[in-house]
Amino acid sequence: METNKSASGSLLKISHFNIDFWVDGVWYPAVIDMNMELAPGKVTAIVGESGAGKSTVALGLMSLLAANARMSGSVMVKDQEMLNAKPLLLRKFRGKEVAYIFQEPMTALNPLFTIGYQIVETLRNHFDMGPKEAHARALELITMVDIPDPHTSIEKYPHQLSGGQRQRAMIAQALACDPGLLVADEPTTALDVTVQAEILDLMRGLKDKLNSAILLITHDMGVVADMADEIIVMKDGLTIESGTADQIFNRPGHPYTRELLAAVPKLGASKKRVLAYKESSKPAPVLKIENVTIEYPKRGRVPAFVAVKNFSLEIFPGEIVGLVGESGSGKTTVGRASIGLIPIKEGSLEIVGKDISHATQKELFGIRRHTGIVFQDPASSLNPRLPIGESIGEPIFLAKLAKGPELARMVEDLLDQVELPRSYRNRYPHELSGGQRQRVGIARALALTPDLLIADEPTSALDVSVQARFLDLLQELQGKLNFACLFISHDLAVVDILAHRIAVMQNGLLVESGDRDQILKNPKNDYTQRLISAVPVPDPAEQRIRREARLALKK
Amino acid sequence: MKLFGRDKGSSGEILSGGESAIANKEVEGLSQGQIVRRRFFRHRGAVIALFVLTSLIVFVMSALDTKIGALRIPGWWKWTVEDIPELRYEDCPGGTTGCPTLSLNPSGAFGLGTHPFGQDDIGRDYFALVMNGARRSLMIMFVIGAVSGFIGVVVGSIAGFYGKRVDAVLMRLVDFIQTVPGIIIAAVIGKAAGRVGPLFLALFLGLLGWTGLARLVRAQFLSLREMEFVDAARVAGASNVRITFKHILPNAIGQIIVVITLIMAGAILTETALSYLGFGVVAPDVSLGLLISQYESAFTTRPFLFWWPGFFIISIALCVNFIGDGLRDAFDPRQKRRITKKDRLKAKVDIKAGR
Repeated sequence: METNKSASGSLLKISHFNIDFWVDGVWYPAVIDMNMELAPGKVTAIVGESGAGKSTVALGLMSLLAANARMSGSVMVKDQEMLNAKPLLLRKFRGKEVAYIFQEPMTALNPLFTIGYQIVETLRNHFDMGPKEAHARALELITMVDIPDPHTSIEKYPHQLSGGQRQRAMIAQALACDPGLLVADEPTTALDVTVQAEILDLMRGLKDKLNSAILLITHDMGVVADMADEIIVMKDGLTIESGTADQIFNRPGHPYTRELLAAVPKLGASKKRVLAYKESSKPAPVLKIENVTIEYPKRGRVPAFVAVKNFSLEIFPGEIVGLVGESGSGKTTVGRASIGLIPIKEGSLEIVGKDISHATQKELFGIRRHTGIVFQDPASSLNPRLPIGESIGEPIFLAKLAKGPELARMVEDLLDQVELPRSYRNRYPHELSGGQRQRVGIARALALTPDLLIADEPTSALDVSVQARFLDLLQELQGKLNFACLFISHDLAVVDILAHRIAVMQNGLLVESGDRDQILKNPKNDYTQRLISAVPVPDPAEQRIRREARLALKK
Repeated sequence: MKLFGRDKGSSGEILSGGESAIANKEVEGLSQGQIVRRRFFRHRGAVIALFVLTSLIVFVMSALDTKIGALRIPGWWKWTVEDIPELRYEDCPGGTTGCPTLSLNPSGAFGLGTHPFGQDDIGRDYFALVMNGARRSLMIMFVIGAVSGFIGVVVGSIAGFYGKRVDAVLMRLVDFIQTVPGIIIAAVIGKAAGRVGPLFLALFLGLLGWTGLARLVRAQFLSLREMEFVDAARVAGASNVRITFKHILPNAIGQIIVVITLIMAGAILTETALSYLGFGVVAPDVSLGLLISQYESAFTTRPFLFWWPGFFIISIALCVNFIGDGLRDAFDPRQKRRITKKDRLKAKVDIKAGR
């Protein structure tokens, strides 16, 4: 499109861009001397761990940062300086020339207005348009982003749409004014792999149609490999390395880039893990779930909801079973029911030979010593008012195994095991990073040396490099303590590294289960096949082949 | 490359979250209590209010004799409420009696004089009366805060934690108490309370004032009990009582303290209003509201009989409100400090490798 061309041929030109944040009398640099150029029709990805300054750059482009930030350098969009520009000019450019797609569509869309209204609002802000015209255009946009049933969907509120549809609605809003530059800040992080693949397809198609440029911010190297022409690697605000996708993936120059790439789990790259015993002489299972149905009871006018139907699974000592599925498939429900946090409606559930299908609180107390759980969100799974030493020691204290100095010694041992310094005992959760908190979570779960550990998406909130270290630690501890583990995850590549066996869930049903290699290399079920093919692989060439194969599968 | 910040732990992980990592610098290495204290002391209004209120309480409490059983701690003020000295006639403007001897004119007769706040109709020292009234009002304020705080927290916790039927029953009770016009009940009981004493009045007002707090605590419990750390405690084998008091309540304590301070600020005004209407503290007891009501008619001729108790009511209520406001800000994690231009210019630059 001719309008997206400027005299210099680049749409976005950032030079010597610095961003600092003021905290308590000191300027802390968040972005240091950044330079980049982006041409129409191209995709540049900024990658790096959390804290690298990726999102700060994105918001800084259009001066959207909080009041405690200061910026210097130059940001040119279509040969117009954006830094310290007049508010009127910025407002003209925001939405029209530079549009944003944020990570969390639920919070980025206003819950009080229909999606149609929000798109119309954007349109009428920037163009001289009548309400009817704008409505027609909004309908066109909603059709373009493939939201089913556009005529009714346009009147829907954000909470009435699914996560993927909300993200589509936000893309429709972003595209309303045919922006030259689309800034996508972790656009698919909150979505399931299959939905992610569709959203990426959509973005790619639109880019080709409108000749827009995309600035993609993500920590997922698979997404980068799928989309990016050029890549910028950031760490602590510094640009570590930049180059074409081919260069960065195949010939990374900087050790940090290599480290980052090495930390990404790759599907089918890890060795087969063998159990210590033969198939014929299996010991009794640690967890035995038989035809279990779990129902969330009726609440007021909300009808009862069956989250898990007729589910059966056995886990043997020392075995790691991966439970995968999309959000809403009921995998977390299974995990929680397995240790008695949720009652089951039908079927039977046995832990270390004890039937807890209809156990009372008192009876459940007895099995607490044999089970542990690591939760998904390291931010909410530790009591913010308790020092972590106390959180870790609580199961031991409540089981009346130790008290006072002996308890303190046991807590120190546990901290050693998860490779945290002993001095951290007196720290509060908010002083720890996400990865460290998750280690505390493991230490607490292992405090009573359980026979069964439930790990509920323990790595989904972590960076790849932190995740890699966490998985190493979990494997090492499992090797040492030999507990059985139900590892719940939506990430097939992570499950691939850890699990002996894999079970796949969809809509509360077990669709397939079996040996790890059998599931990953030779899936029988349609759904499993789709799930596996949607996982992006961190290799641009291979990912292109996979993408084409997936599109063929879809047809 | 050296990462910013101090010790990162042996695992060498970067503290999480881009901007938030930098924002966290402010709270690095501090316990929750320390953070709140720091934020509170940054709120200038609240700190001044805290200082004023503390001095006011010490001043008021030490002015008159205090009787605790047989023990009698003498106050530093020369008159008591029972003394009836002679009425002053000299120097008073417009032929009034008992005008204040307090003079702040540095060139003239600077000093307190015999009756700094003046005298009432029969010659009693007004300073002693105001001190006694302020004492009563403060006592009533703290008793109301304690009683409604206790009931509110207990009812709210039980309703929020157990939910379902327990919650429904308790919340309907709250509805009922809220719909009954408090001032009328207070007036009816207050009429009787005049014979039973101000402590009874305070207890009674406390029994009516807990409803808002109970709703708030319930709401906090409803959201906190869904947090994963509560499940974690349950898996660890914690009982319901332990989960309530060890895990949930400490996380709601910030809001509870804030609401209790605000209840206290309201309490002092409720007492004043009731006493003014003649239903609260009744003579021969003294309270600030009662003093105002008694000398209302004297406003045009001897306004000091009106001003002094009013001044104390306003100071106490304002201070408690300011402290409550400061606490609210301190406990709110989203509260960001406003940055002035001066702050911006004065700031140092963090030295970091690669710059």
